Amino acid sequence: MNRRESEIRYKLRKRTASERTLDNGFKNFSLGMASIVAILLFSILIVIFRGSIESIAKYGLSFLITSDWNPVDDAYGAFTAIYGTLITSIVALLIAVPLGVGTAIFITENIIPKNIRSILSVMVELLAAIPSVVLGLWAIFIMEPFLRPFLISINSFLGWLPIFNTTPVGPGVAPAIIILAIMILPIITSISRDSLNQVPNKLREGAYAIGASRWPTIFNIILPAAISGIAGGVLLALGRAMGETMAVTMIIGNSNNFSWSIFAPGNTIAAMLANQFGEADGNQVSSLMYAALILMILTLVVNVFAQLIVKRLRLKY
Amino acid sequence: MNHTKNNSIINSPCISLENVTISYKNSPAVRNIYCEMPRGKVTAFIGPSGCGKSTVLRSINRMNDLIDGCSLTGRVLFEGVDLYAPEVDPVEVRRRIGMVFQQPNPFPKSVYENIAFGARINGYTGDMDELVEMSLKKAALWDECKDKLKESGCSLSGGQQQRLCIARTIAIEPEVILMDEPCSALDPISTLKIEETMHDLKKSYTIIIVTHNMQQAVRVSDMTAFYNAEKQSGGSGKLGYLVEYNETSKIFNSPSQKATQDYISGRFG
Repeated sequence: MNRRESEIRYKLRKRTASERTLDNGFKNFSLGMASIVAILLFSILIVIFRGSIESIAKYGLSFLITSDWNPVDDAYGAFTAIYGTLITSIVALLIAVPLGVGTAIFITENIIPKNIRSILSVMVELLAAIPSVVLGLWAIFIMEPFLRPFLISINSFLGWLPIFNTTPVGPGVAPAIIILAIMILPIITSISRDSLNQVPNKLREGAYAIGASRWPTIFNIILPAAISGIAGGVLLALGRAMGETMAVTMIIGNSNNFSWSIFAPGNTIAAMLANQFGEADGNQVSSLMYAALILMILTLVVNVFAQLIVKRLRLKY
Repeated sequence: MNHTKNNSIINSPCISLENVTISYKNSPAVRNIYCEMPRGKVTAFIGPSGCGKSTVLRSINRMNDLIDGCSLTGRVLFEGVDLYAPEVDPVEVRRRIGMVFQQPNPFPKSVYENIAFGARINGYTGDMDELVEMSLKKAALWDECKDKLKESGCSLSGGQQQRLCIARTIAIEPEVILMDEPCSALDPISTLKIEETMHDLKKSYTIIIVTHNMQQAVRVSDMTAFYNAEKQSGGSGKLGYLVEYNETSKIFNSPSQKATQDYISGRFG
């Protein structure tokens, strides 16, 4: 009898009440934590919407397409800032995506020895650690004066295009685009690198085993398999670019005079908010709220749109 | 070239390994392999885990090139050409010497595209539909798959996926097909189907298969190579070597080495 009892080392047992309370408690705690995110998002939306009602009532949708911003006459239109937000973030993305994804491919494929790759990889992460105000300072004093001759020559060759038709004189949209591209590069690179690393090696081997060289393997197998992660990274980067304030405000020129040209000083919604909230009152506050609402909606639309693309592109493995 | 007398039974080998030693990060994994594999036959590599069978197999189509720190000494001859000569393009090697892996690894594309992709990148100019149908038929998958050509290759069952990988390999018309434990992830019925496929395939291809399943080696192969491993002196790893290589019937009925005898009778490994 003794021997048999010693053989049974585990007994079937019921969970105690306290154990079950703990389980339920944890479940509810997680639920609560997750709900806070949603509640926060909605309450911010509601507060901003309430703040902007006055301006929405007064200017309506013409707010989106007029570029007057005149506190003296109480005339507000955010087209300059909306255009600035869109052009800076989209062009910055166009520059940073090929660079970032290319860097990620270079880091993950065994093109160069592993130790060089890991050094490169660390340097990309370090780029993300530079505070945006430092980047802004660098942009004003070093990057912009350095780039100006190039921008001037682009203007003299391609000045007939509306987006290049003003002479670069200093702060403007173009330097802001470049500084944004630098800022979002590490996000795109590190997220792309992680999702490329997650592509199972057996897919890579399968492609090589049927005589694929590196190029078709990367572009037909590896990248499509990683595309949802990469697109997620690009999205995050776009969100960052649209919302980035400090560095942009320092270099974009903060002008509310509309110009199609990226060499002229301009404005983004984020930069405008940062610059004007301090001394705004009445209708101006409401108009700034309206602009903030537009920024939020823009980001939301971009997100939803990108999710749809990701779903369609995604390869399951 | 007559290192051991049993190699003389092969007149013109398709692939021959001459004193091949493969190392990972300077510590050898398999050493001094001499082996000549006949054209149009199935050669099986058997042996306990960690004895380097897969490593040797992967060296034949230069798959080991993809592994950091893997190096090879000796010569791997394919139709008399040294595959590791500097002027040889590994991409061309892999087109002529195809490979099927242990884990089925169809591309996350449609069944059709799984086969068409390899053909397209290798410059196939013929009728793609015809090639897809023919390859799937050769891999005994056409009947199960002909209505699913647009579905993802990953939606097939494990055995079907593996046959899809075989179909995709034969679509590019290699001369040799390497199979690295192709049935180890499959159930007995799928295994049987793949073995039947192999019987048909060996009429037109040279096949080299790594297997842990000795009955499988007996069923499918004409030649068998038995590998074993010994504890490395001073190191923690194992060092593999080729014990015996002969016709399958001889290996399983009258092996000349005691280690082979022990292994095939299950007293070992």
